[in-house]
Amino acid sequence: MDIKTTPTTFPGTIHEVPGGGIVTSKLDDVINWARSNSLWPLTFATSCCGIEMMSVAGAKYDFSRFGFEVARATPRQADVIIIAGTIVNKMAPVLKRLYDQMADPKYVVAMGACAISGGPFFYNTYSVVKGADHVIPVDVYIPGCPPRPEALLHALMALQEKIKSGQTREQIREQKPL
Amino acid sequence: MSNITAELAIEKLNNQFGDQIISSEMLYDFLTVTVARKSVKDVIKFLHDDAELNCHFLTTMCGLHYPDQAEQFGMMYQLHNMVANFRIRIKTFTSDAEPAFETLTDIWPSANWMEREAYDFFGFRFHGHPKMKRILNMDSLEGWPLRKEFPLEDPFRADKDDKMFGR
Repeated sequence: MDIKTTPTTFPGTIHEVPGGGIVTSKLDDVINWARSNSLWPLTFATSCCGIEMMSVAGAKYDFSRFGFEVARATPRQADVIIIAGTIVNKMAPVLKRLYDQMADPKYVVAMGACAISGGPFFYNTYSVVKGADHVIPVDVYIPGCPPRPEALLHALMALQEKIKSGQTREQIREQKPL
Repeated sequence: MSNITAELAIEKLNNQFGDQIISSEMLYDFLTVTVARKSVKDVIKFLHDDAELNCHFLTTMCGLHYPDQAEQFGMMYQLHNMVANFRIRIKTFTSDAEPAFETLTDIWPSANWMEREAYDFFGFRFHGHPKMKRILNMDSLEGWPLRKEFPLEDPFRADKDDKMFGR
């Protein structure tokens, strides 16, 4: 039987049989493939990184080319939250609540220096959370102040790769011990 | 439309309040009047109600802290008569450790959030304010961040070592 692998965009292999072909795959892989190609971001931005995020959503960079089709204004319909900006202590409970309201599976991207560590300017003040990962767990970090739109696209594609390869936090947690 | 000069405003305030007007000066073309604390609300109310001065708009207000002065805490108010384009700044100082001022929310509802801001950052109380609580900082914050003795940098931070930052 002639067996050849499919393009890497779809998990599994095609078995050529007379009159057509049969695809064999693992259901987990297909689910991860589907999830990674339809990630809806939450409309959430707290400072200047949000402007870069908006430009990525706009026509010039256009993250809907990669499956980040529509930014949702409610956490109930969003899959990924891009923390674009400084999180202050007063905002931290709001961020936590938004994350809790998102349906599983959910992913977090920390965009820019403020979301990673509190920021280049005010990392040591009384009002700033020193890294959004003190509040919610983060999947992908993007350095920069603010990062270029291409950097955000790269991070979102890195998140897709992470989901496809089963390496996100939730996927690892769900794996049964060998 | 009347043309209000600084001299006219000072004369009116001096006639009305006498020794309660401590000093007045032109700072960068901005009439600045320092007033005794117990009369500051009367002065502002007079500026607001007087038909000629007619300072109907509260531009801004904020707390002051000069740790080197004997009267280290104070409040600053800026009023505006938009019809005559007349502006005036009112300052008042106090030596109290826990300063308290009269609220202006009964004259201008917009004073509400600015007084809460002064409470939030300086710890000043405002008698008669409808909701005297923090507005910008988290409720559990201890201390008053814009007082000069408040540490500039977060003293509870362990992971950012000074030697990593070349200091």
